[in-house]
Amino acid sequence: MNAQLLTFIFVGISFSLYIGIAIWSRAKSTSDFYIADKGVNPIANGMATAADWMSAASFISMAGIISFLGKDGSVYLMGWTGGYVLLALLLAPYLRKFGQYTVPDFIGTRYYSDAARLVAVLCLIFISFTYIAGQMRGVGIVFSRFLEVDIDLGVVIGMAIVFFYAVLGGMKGITYTQVAQYCVLIFAYLVPAIFISILITNNPIPQLGFGGQVSGSSVYLLDKLDQLNIELGFNEYTSNTKSNIDVFFITAALMFGTAGLPHVIVRFFTVPRVSDARKSAGYALIFIALLYTTAPAVSAFARVNFIESVQEVEYEDAPGWFKNWEQIGLIAWKDKNEDGKINYSAGEALEGVKPKFSNSIGVYGEREVTNEPNLQNSNEIYIDRDIMVLANPEIAKLPNWVIALVAAGALAAALSTAAGLLLVISASISHDLMKKTLMPNISEKQELLFARIAAAVAIIVAGLFGIYPPGFVAQVVAFAFGLAASTIFPVLFLGIFYKRLNKEGAIAGMLSGLIVTAGYIIFFKFINPELNSSENWLFGISPEGFGFFGMFINFGVALFVSFIFKAPPKRVYELIDEIRKP
Amino acid sequence: MSYWKANLLILSIILSIWFLVSFGFGIIWSESLDALSIGGFKLGFWFAQQGSIYVFVILIFVYVILMNRLDKKFNSKDKD
Repeated sequence: MNAQLLTFIFVGISFSLYIGIAIWSRAKSTSDFYIADKGVNPIANGMATAADWMSAASFISMAGIISFLGKDGSVYLMGWTGGYVLLALLLAPYLRKFGQYTVPDFIGTRYYSDAARLVAVLCLIFISFTYIAGQMRGVGIVFSRFLEVDIDLGVVIGMAIVFFYAVLGGMKGITYTQVAQYCVLIFAYLVPAIFISILITNNPIPQLGFGGQVSGSSVYLLDKLDQLNIELGFNEYTSNTKSNIDVFFITAALMFGTAGLPHVIVRFFTVPRVSDARKSAGYALIFIALLYTTAPAVSAFARVNFIESVQEVEYEDAPGWFKNWEQIGLIAWKDKNEDGKINYSAGEALEGVKPKFSNSIGVYGEREVTNEPNLQNSNEIYIDRDIMVLANPEIAKLPNWVIALVAAGALAAALSTAAGLLLVISASISHDLMKKTLMPNISEKQELLFARIAAAVAIIVAGLFGIYPPGFVAQVVAFAFGLAASTIFPVLFLGIFYKRLNKEGAIAGMLSGLIVTAGYIIFFKFINPELNSSENWLFGISPEGFGFFGMFINFGVALFVSFIFKAPPKRVYELIDEIRKP
Repeated sequence: MSYWKANLLILSIILSIWFLVSFGFGIIWSESLDALSIGGFKLGFWFAQQGSIYVFVILIFVYVILMNRLDKKFNSKDKD
């Protein structure tokens, strides 16, 4: 059977599974809708958390990015798993003990202030939408490449599925759907990785294979990769090119940023007891680590396979996957030296980086690009990093059912995260904005209705992001993490560990962290992108890592302002004592 | 020692190890560790892309066990 038909079957089966689960576990109360009535088993919650956490970025993009960045890509591996440790140790158990529905709930109560709650709501909504835009792009890529439907139609189908189970099922529906989605996505990630590991290194465990010898020789895979990279003019795969201080700050910003991500924090509100929150954090990290330790192996395998299957190959003999991805515009080839062969090396192939295709066909049957060639280097290929994981099974010539499986897995990763984020958005609007601030007199039934309407509106907005992707998605990702690190994390952390922090301190801290971080990122990413290089950065910190700096500003300002104003009321002290008790 | 003090002690020990394996071995001393290798991995590279993650998993479970023991010692009623 061909890959496309198999993909339809796999995606169809997985989608009907998700819908079935949603009908079986639909929400009946606000507690069901927001936190699944605190009835979720820790292992199931661990799987759901893992699916929530691992987005299209983890599944589709991460291994591809590492494949091109080599050791510099470690910031994502350490950042996204290490941040999880911070969350599990410093926030999750206490927020569970607090026992409310949302993160702004905690901030509003702890800092006895609706203004603080409102600032938190705005930050959450911004972070969540930034994130969803990325998920929708992932859904669009998978649909257009594997099912050959229009990207727009693909996004609409994805949205309809999420709409169905998020709006109907709320947290309860989402949680149990995410358990299924975790199983689909991890299976889909591991199967090709194991296959390729056996093919390249004769070792069925990718985590070991990638440190092993290339089969049939005594050369270590990573040594071979270092050598290939150097021959083509890149840096050694296993060495950093970024400065240590920048790597340090980016890793830290990603860590503290992920610890402040609302859709993951809220997962810990769904388990029955505080000890279950800790346990479920442990299970979740095992489930996450399974993918995160496999990803760098996939990157290394993909890099070797990619170079070996295209370098110095006549375009006319280029493998099928190369031409398929060229058709949807994520690969382009410009024959600079007019030898009919594909030459891959360091540097951007085209002026303006992204290819602009004309409608005509070149000498060898390639899609013609109208960009001028970049004559600074001899590289002839433009390749979008996001395709590496999806193309990997084809590059390694694995059977068609593996290709179909990867497509279903990528959709599971994107949809599970999108659903979790939609729930956070809808809860912040119906619960924090309507019930707690604007219309405190609404009944539970009305609140549930508002939650569903908010989820529906959020889905439509997210869908529009997918159909008309803003060109700045990549830039705003730095924003999401930077802002989570410099606004949300410090107030949550200090709220638990420092009793004396009052509302004036918290609000001043959040605002100063926000202004400093957003200002720096906006300056280098939007106002003066041509200045965005290490010699102009403050202390050599890139915009991606600046959230960590903003976090310290937040801490400093919050503590200073706290001392000027009077201590929080007695009930806040009692609340914190209660949270800290076993 | 009070429950909260013991809790803070556990947290600081675990987070020191957390810092050591990621920021220490994976970033600051990574290049020096690269002089050593396990199998085909340079050690600093291994910590940055594999080792730190394994340690993170172990750390969370150590935390779970230590906290459960602490809860028991203070005989808490872990209720909703």
